Amino acid sequence: MSEIQQATAGGSSLVERLDALYEYDREPVAKNKLHGWGTFIAMFAGEHVAGTEFVLGPLMVMHGVSAVDFFVGLLIGNVLAVLSWALFCAPVAVKTRLTIYWQLRKICGPYLTVAYSAFYAVILCLLAGAMVSVAVTAISIPFGIPNPDYVAGDTIPTLPWMFLALIVGVVIAALAVLGFDKIAHFSKICAPWMVLVFFSAGLAVLADLGATGFSDFWTIASEKIFTGVPIGGNSKYTIWHVIGFAWLCNATQHIGMSDVTIFRYAKDWKQGFASAFGMFLGHYMAWIASGILCAAFLAEGFTNPQPGNIALFGAGMAGLISVVIAGWTTANPTLYRAGLAIQVATPNWKRWKVTFLAGAFMIVTACIPAVNAYLDRIIGYYGLFFMPLGAFIFVDVWIFPKIGLESDYAEKNNILLSWPAAVAWMASFFIMLFFYGKDNFPWLTEALGQQPPWLASINADLMFMIAPEWILSVLLYIGLSYIQQQKR
Amino acid sequence: MKTLLKILSLIGLVLTLLPSFLVFYDVIDMATHFNLMGVGVILWFGSAPFWMKGPSLE
Repeated sequence: MSEIQQATAGGSSLVERLDALYEYDREPVAKNKLHGWGTFIAMFAGEHVAGTEFVLGPLMVMHGVSAVDFFVGLLIGNVLAVLSWALFCAPVAVKTRLTIYWQLRKICGPYLTVAYSAFYAVILCLLAGAMVSVAVTAISIPFGIPNPDYVAGDTIPTLPWMFLALIVGVVIAALAVLGFDKIAHFSKICAPWMVLVFFSAGLAVLADLGATGFSDFWTIASEKIFTGVPIGGNSKYTIWHVIGFAWLCNATQHIGMSDVTIFRYAKDWKQGFASAFGMFLGHYMAWIASGILCAAFLAEGFTNPQPGNIALFGAGMAGLISVVIAGWTTANPTLYRAGLAIQVATPNWKRWKVTFLAGAFMIVTACIPAVNAYLDRIIGYYGLFFMPLGAFIFVDVWIFPKIGLESDYAEKNNILLSWPAAVAWMASFFIMLFFYGKDNFPWLTEALGQQPPWLASINADLMFMIAPEWILSVLLYIGLSYIQQQKR
Repeated sequence: MKTLLKILSLIGLVLTLLPSFLVFYDVIDMATHFNLMGVGVILWFGSAPFWMKGPSLE
């Protein structure tokens, strides 16, 4: 692959449009705009206690995680996530004080940055759809509309359910067109209440499972909640799955570095530890609570533990309201950001058209029950996909100056597409995908036939790929960058 | 006025949290727990937006 040199100042209208979109954020944040701990604590606590927490706890129960694996695995995975924010993401953000867009632009060149934006837009639409789906599982209950049960074979919801998803999706898209500042504020107001709703709902149904005091908790957790036995034909998850998932589910944000955009406002890199409030309230307490709710719901003889159903079961109307708000307040900014990213490729379209286009994709996604049933897989794929770019930023900022390589090489040499970054990104992702797919994609298993013993001995789940992919992408990027810079 | 709103918000949060302990220790039933949490929702959202400022990075 050859380097593409920028021929003229106006070499690409696509790149110019993207630059113009992020023009406001081109300069590093000024000192008088920096924020203290409180801002980051509130932001993380608000963003990570969301509608999808009602999905992920039950997924762990359905995959037969044992109590020890769940509690210890989540502890380790969440600590790794916090350390990733604090030791990888925040120090880079505080050093450069640039958004992820400009950081990638300097290192990888504008073409890869456009590709990143496009892929990210698709993923954001998908996630917004999952959140709409979560909200509709609650709204459907007062109308007596059954929620789709993927485990029982529902591949699409009923028409009335899809109609509700359409209404909710249109409302969310309309609000996203109007901007999301007020909704972002509203979601912060919801945060303290939402944390308590999760806790209260989980605690209230513990008695249904036979607990008579807190001393019973571990026995009940081991024997009736996290039993270690998968439900409904799901695969068995071990402690490694839990650690990997707790760490990987926000990999794009921490080791993938997209949260440099947030932490560039931090006074000190140590404020990266504020992420602990999001992890341990949202991805620890809330997942435990929703897992308890799921187990108690199933123990009562009900089936289909959808977010709306289990929230109603544990907290009544307050639970239903929390699911609607949690889905809505997180879907809205997600869709807004997706619209921003898509706008790059649709130059003559008005913002409202772009946002409604993203909204249409979001509504279609919301009507596919498999998305929530496989939400952990989807999050795993996109985490692995975007993570190498964060590794390149880390290497470029911290390692290149120490080994005599030039940082921000693409920007300094007017390179539109950094081939070391492109090759290292795709190679590390597809190599990892191959090791996962050889046992999990039937077409690939069949194509490979009899695997050699060394290959057959590698049984790697998506969740186990984080560290190997990071190391591989770093080694490839350093090696290829060395070749690139020696040539010149 | 702001103090009153803050007190109402606090009561809303207490009504969201406390009933679950009372259910757990079999002092109240689930229906009462649901109703008290519902009152908590009304108190919280009826008061918090008027005094609580959301931090913003813009």
